Amino acid sequence: MEMVKMTYREALKQGIREALLNDERVFLMGEDVGHYGGAFAVSKGLLQEFGAERIMDVPLSESGFVGAGIGAAMAGMKPIVEVMTVNFSLLAMDQIINNAATLLHMSGGQLNVPLVIRMGCGIGRQLAAQHSHSWEPYFAHVPGLVVLSAGTHEDARGMLLTALKSPDPVILFEYTFMLNMEKEIASDAGAMDITKAKVRRDGKDITLITYGNGVYKSLEAAEELSSQGIEVEVIDLRILRPMDEETFLASVAKTHRALVVEDAWRSGGMAAEVFSRIIEKVFFELDAPLQRLCGVEVPIPYPRHLEEASVPQSQDIVSTIRKMMGL
Amino acid sequence: MIEFKMPSLGADMEDGTLVEWRKKPGDQVKRGDILADVDTQKGLIEIEVFDEGVIDTLLLEEGVKVPVGTIMAIIRPLGEVTEEKDIPSAISSEEPEKSEEVPAKTSEEKEERRVKITPLAKRIALENNLDYSVINGTGPEGAIVKKDVEKALAEAVGPSKEMGGFTEKADEAIVEVKKEHKTPPIKAIRTAVAAAMSKSNREIPHYYLEKKIDMTRALEWLTETNSGLPVQKRILPAALFIKSVASSLVDVPELNAEWEDELVIKNEINIGFVVSLRSGGIVVPSLKNADLKSVGEIMEWLNDIIPRSRSFNLRSSELSGSTVTITNLGEGGADKVFGIVYPPQVAIIGLGSVAEEPFAKKGMVGIHPMLYVTLSGDHRATDGLVGSRFLAAMDKHLQNPQAL
Repeated sequence: MEMVKMTYREALKQGIREALLNDERVFLMGEDVGHYGGAFAVSKGLLQEFGAERIMDVPLSESGFVGAGIGAAMAGMKPIVEVMTVNFSLLAMDQIINNAATLLHMSGGQLNVPLVIRMGCGIGRQLAAQHSHSWEPYFAHVPGLVVLSAGTHEDARGMLLTALKSPDPVILFEYTFMLNMEKEIASDAGAMDITKAKVRRDGKDITLITYGNGVYKSLEAAEELSSQGIEVEVIDLRILRPMDEETFLASVAKTHRALVVEDAWRSGGMAAEVFSRIIEKVFFELDAPLQRLCGVEVPIPYPRHLEEASVPQSQDIVSTIRKMMGL
Repeated sequence: MIEFKMPSLGADMEDGTLVEWRKKPGDQVKRGDILADVDTQKGLIEIEVFDEGVIDTLLLEEGVKVPVGTIMAIIRPLGEVTEEKDIPSAISSEEPEKSEEVPAKTSEEKEERRVKITPLAKRIALENNLDYSVINGTGPEGAIVKKDVEKALAEAVGPSKEMGGFTEKADEAIVEVKKEHKTPPIKAIRTAVAAAMSKSNREIPHYYLEKKIDMTRALEWLTETNSGLPVQKRILPAALFIKSVASSLVDVPELNAEWEDELVIKNEINIGFVVSLRSGGIVVPSLKNADLKSVGEIMEWLNDIIPRSRSFNLRSSELSGSTVTITNLGEGGADKVFGIVYPPQVAIIGLGSVAEEPFAKKGMVGIHPMLYVTLSGDHRATDGLVGSRFLAAMDKHLQNPQAL
């Protein structure tokens, strides 16, 4: 397979471009996505290529333009709505939860909402407390939504294409921390499955379950631990709702230990949900207490060293796993 | 069935190491029999049994350290075993049945005493009919993990030759342990004293009282009594002091008590008597029901207990259960001693040396043998007035020694 080096940003852009080319009902709307080329330059050049009808700048009114996207989806279009970052999504929460997630039910099955909402998410760019949120668990709480987390370049490249085929609203989390990160992906990378978690690295000693910013950090930690004789199985959840539990339950049944790593705050995070399922379904496979490394429960600090200290880093993962292995 | 548990041999004792079983399953035991040797910070202690019956199961392996309260053995009350005594031949044929019962029972015990075992390890153990209560855990917080169960299973099915090797080694190890710990290291005693005294000083607001007591009559009485006794039965002042403390506690029971967020007065008067060790440190044997014993009996107890305390040859019951403590400096040392209360007790009585002093009595200054008695009390439990009444009672009793 031919591999090419690509930034996460470029992978996102190629995904959007392919979606626009595939289906003329697809259009992108969001703040500064057109003339400015996107707040993070993800849609740079797309206005010139596809025109103002398909690359649409919108006013600073999250509730308004997400509502417009819902209407367009109900009317048969395939909108990609960019809410610049998850931090502003609170302003659109009523539209997302009370309309997008609920209309199929409220209409007695007559009106589905095939909408994709993209959001930059997470910390790592010194944007301080109000602009550094990791709110995947908020959205994963809501029935009626499909919640995706693109923790790798191939998912950044391919999740959107599959999400647009969903009959139901999809929240797609992208990670601003990774935008400039270069990784190799297959030159023919395309649509990715959005139903199954993925084993990113095989191991027999412990299952590390993560998503988003946690994936590469976990793989880095697993590499280091491998040189110390500990084989970590790294599972990228990818789909936070509906969660694919079979993959991690099977892994825990093999390794008998589990650690969850996530940037989101600890209380009520994805780790809590993963652990509940492990305890409900494979309790008798456990050979060690479950452990989680989550965001420290503080407003995310601005200074770089404090920001780094507020979420798990790969060295934290290494030392936690060593402890869990009794080393 | 009677559960025999790791006893607490003092407020500071959290755990003990089983060094040796003195009985084996099937042995008949009665109250007072020594069941096991247990190593504690206070040294190697013989643990007594307080029930009558037959040892059913020994749940602990020698060399294992367990917290206070852990069930060590199961004792069958006597009534249930008469048949076996009559028909010894029946024992062997019944044995397989019994050994099948035992794991089931012990796993119930385990539930009660919360053995830390991971769900996986427990499942494997149950699937293999392995009694996991005796496995040493190496996992987090000492939990038994899969690896430990697998090791135990491998040893259980291993060749008998190997098993023999193991037990031999274990025996050797125990002998060594005994030699080493018969006299516990000074450091361990120091640590135990440090822990108890720090706890006391941290938690107990002390008040201190002292009283000078004229010993003229008491010493006269002693001289008179001893003149009619053989040398080995002669009574030392300490025995009289202990008796007078016991009698004074009958008068002022508030000081024979424990503080458990409220004053809990004890029915028995068990006096802890501090014995100093030549190598440093102290041990505090307990004189049970001191108020019911005569001065002569107390002297016998002292003659027996002091040398045994100094050689660490004490039974568990002889170290526990004190309701009050006496520290006695004896002759020729400091005039007075202000003790630190040993929690959860609420008082410690300090006896200084008896020395001649000018003392005014009935308008006359004379030379009298004087004893300084002090009382350190827990001010949460009692007030100075109570302590003062106690010291007055001491004085009263020592002025009237023949009544003791």
